[in-house]
Amino acid sequence: MKKSLLVLTTLALSISLAACGKNNNSNNADAGASSGASSSAPASAAVSGAFSAAGSTALQPLVDQASKKFMDLNKDVTITVNGGGSGAGLSQVSEGTVQIGNSDVFAEEKLKDADAEKAKELVDHQVAVVSIAAVSNKDVGVDNLTKAQLVDIFTGKVTNWKDVGGKDEKIVLVNRPASSGTRATFENFALGAKSEDLPDSITEDASGTVRKLVSETPGAIGYLALSYLDDTIQALKYEGVDPTAENVASGTYPVWAYEHMYTKGEPEGAVKAFLDYMLSDEIQGTDVKDLGYIPVSDMKVTRDVEGKVTNK
Amino acid sequence: MNMTQTRPAADAIAKDGRGKFPKHKLEELRGRGYVMFCVLLLIVIIFSIVYFIASRGLTPFASQGVSVGEMLGGLKWAPEADTPRFGALPFLFGSFATSLLAAIIAAPLGICAAIFMTEMMPKVGKNILQPAIELLAGVPSVVYGFVGLSVIVPFLRDIFPGQGVGILAGGIVLSVMILPTITTVATDALRSLPAGLKEGSYALGATRWQTISRLVIPTTLPSLMTGVVLGIARAFGEALAVQMVIGNAPHIPHSLTQSAATLTSIITLSMGNTTSGSLHNNALWSLALILLIMTFLFVFVVRMLERRVKHA
Repeated sequence: MKKSLLVLTTLALSISLAACGKNNNSNNADAGASSGASSSAPASAAVSGAFSAAGSTALQPLVDQASKKFMDLNKDVTITVNGGGSGAGLSQVSEGTVQIGNSDVFAEEKLKDADAEKAKELVDHQVAVVSIAAVSNKDVGVDNLTKAQLVDIFTGKVTNWKDVGGKDEKIVLVNRPASSGTRATFENFALGAKSEDLPDSITEDASGTVRKLVSETPGAIGYLALSYLDDTIQALKYEGVDPTAENVASGTYPVWAYEHMYTKGEPEGAVKAFLDYMLSDEIQGTDVKDLGYIPVSDMKVTRDVEGKVTNK
Repeated sequence: MNMTQTRPAADAIAKDGRGKFPKHKLEELRGRGYVMFCVLLLIVIIFSIVYFIASRGLTPFASQGVSVGEMLGGLKWAPEADTPRFGALPFLFGSFATSLLAAIIAAPLGICAAIFMTEMMPKVGKNILQPAIELLAGVPSVVYGFVGLSVIVPFLRDIFPGQGVGILAGGIVLSVMILPTITTVATDALRSLPAGLKEGSYALGATRWQTISRLVIPTTLPSLMTGVVLGIARAFGEALAVQMVIGNAPHIPHSLTQSAATLTSIITLSMGNTTSGSLHNNALWSLALILLIMTFLFVFVVRMLERRVKHA
C-alpha cells in the first residue's frame, strides 16, 4: 500500500504542477486581453493584469518600491520585480519573457552587432538618473582628482597616492567587472577611456561589497552610486566639483547615467499605467529622491545614446 | 491517471484470488513504473543541462572566432575590449589553486576528526562533534563569504603584504566549507572497517596509535581520498563565497595574497550583466562547460578510487 500511496502523491503533485503551469498561461492570456481592453478605455479606468520586470540591480529598489505602491492603488494588478543584471533584463524583455527590462545603460550599448535589430524593437523609458562618484579610503590625503589623474590611476600609470598629492601609500583599485553598467558609466564620463583589469586590483560587482572594501583597505579607491555614499568612505571631487544631486542636475558634474525601463514595442494597459506612474510626481518627488536617485524632471541637461549632452 | 482507474478492479481480482493478475505482481509493476519514471525524468534533466551548457559554451569556438587554444592557454581576459580576448588560464589556475589549498587545509582536520569520532571517543564524537561539523554544511555560502570578507581578509591584510584578498583567503574559506564532506566520508569509511582487523592488531600488542597509523589509515586510504576528491570537487564549483574574498583580478597571481580569480567567480560576476547570445555571455558559458568537464574528471577519479577499495 505504501508504494501506491507514493505513486498517488507523485501523480497528484505532477498534476497540480501542470495545473499551475496552465493557470499561469491563462493569467497571462487574461493580462493580454485586459490590457488590450483597457488601452481602448479612458486612461483613468482601473487597470488589471499581471506583468513582471527584471534586470538592473541598481534600479531594482526603486521599481520594487514603486510597484508596491502601484499595487496598493490598483488591486487587480500584480507586478513581479526581479534583479538579474542589466544584460539579463534586456535579453528577457527582448525575448518576451518579461514585460519590462530594467537597465543601467542604453539598450544599444548592450545589444550590438548581430543583436542590433533587437535593440530597435525596444522602447526606452528613462525613469531616473543615477550619478557615480569616485570614492576612496579616508586615509589617502586627497579629496579632489582631475580627469587626467583618475585616468592615470585606473590605467595603472600612477600607483602611489603621493604622485597625485596625497600620502606615500600604495593605491589599491577596487573596480567593477568589465560588463558592469556602473563601470561603463564611470569609464565613459569620468575617464573618457576604457580601463583594464590590472594585476593586484580587486573586482567586485555588489556596491555594498565595494563600499566595505574601500572603507577597510588602506589606500583603496573605487566608485559608487551616490545612494551608497556614507561616512565610512570619502567621496572625491571630480575636477573640483562635488558629486551632489544639485551639481548633476545642473550639468556641472558629468558622471551620471539614466536608469532605463525598456518595453518591447509601445507599452499598453497595466504596463503603460505603471510606467506613467513611475514618471508621476508621486514617485519622482518622493521615492526617487529618498532612494538616492535624481528625478529626470530635475535635470537641466539631457544626454543621448552617443553621450552628447544638450541643455533642456 | 490509469493507475487510479484500474485499482478497484485489480483489488477485486486480488480479493477473490482467481485473477491472472495477483496483487503482488501489480505492486511489482507499480513500483517498477514509478522508479522508471523517476529515473527517466532524471536522465532527461541531466542531459538537458549538459546539452544547454554545451550548446551555449561551444558557440564561441564554433561561430564566434574564439580558439580553444586561446581559451585554455591565453593569459589575457578582456571580453569588453575593442578586440576582445578570452584567455581563461588565470581562472583555471585560480580554481585549481584554491581547491587544492582548501583540501590541504581541510583533509588533515577532517580525517583527524573522523579518527577521533570512531577510534578515540565515539560517544562524544557522535553526539557533539559530528552534529557540529555537519552544521557547517548547512550554512549558506554567502555567510561564509561575508565572514571571510569581515574576518579573514582583514586578518591576512595585517600579516601579509597585499590587500588580504587572494588564493589564501579563498582557500581558507573553502576549507571550512568542504570540511563536512571530507569528515562524513572519512567517518563512514572508518566505521565500516571490520572490527576483527583492529582487535587482531590490539591482540598482537599494538598500541592504539600504532593500530591507527599502520592499520586503520592505510586500509581505508582509498576511501579517505574519495572524501578529499569529493571535497575538491565541491570547492571547485563553489562560487559566491570565493568571489567575495578572492579579489577577481583576471591574472595569475605571484603570491597567495594577491588578487586572483576562479572560473566560478568570473561567471557570477558577469553573467547577469551580459545579454544572452552576446560573445561575452557565450564565453562565460564556455567557462561553465570547462567546469562541467572538470567535474566529470573528479567523478571519474572518485570511481577509480572506489574500484581500488573493492580490489584491496
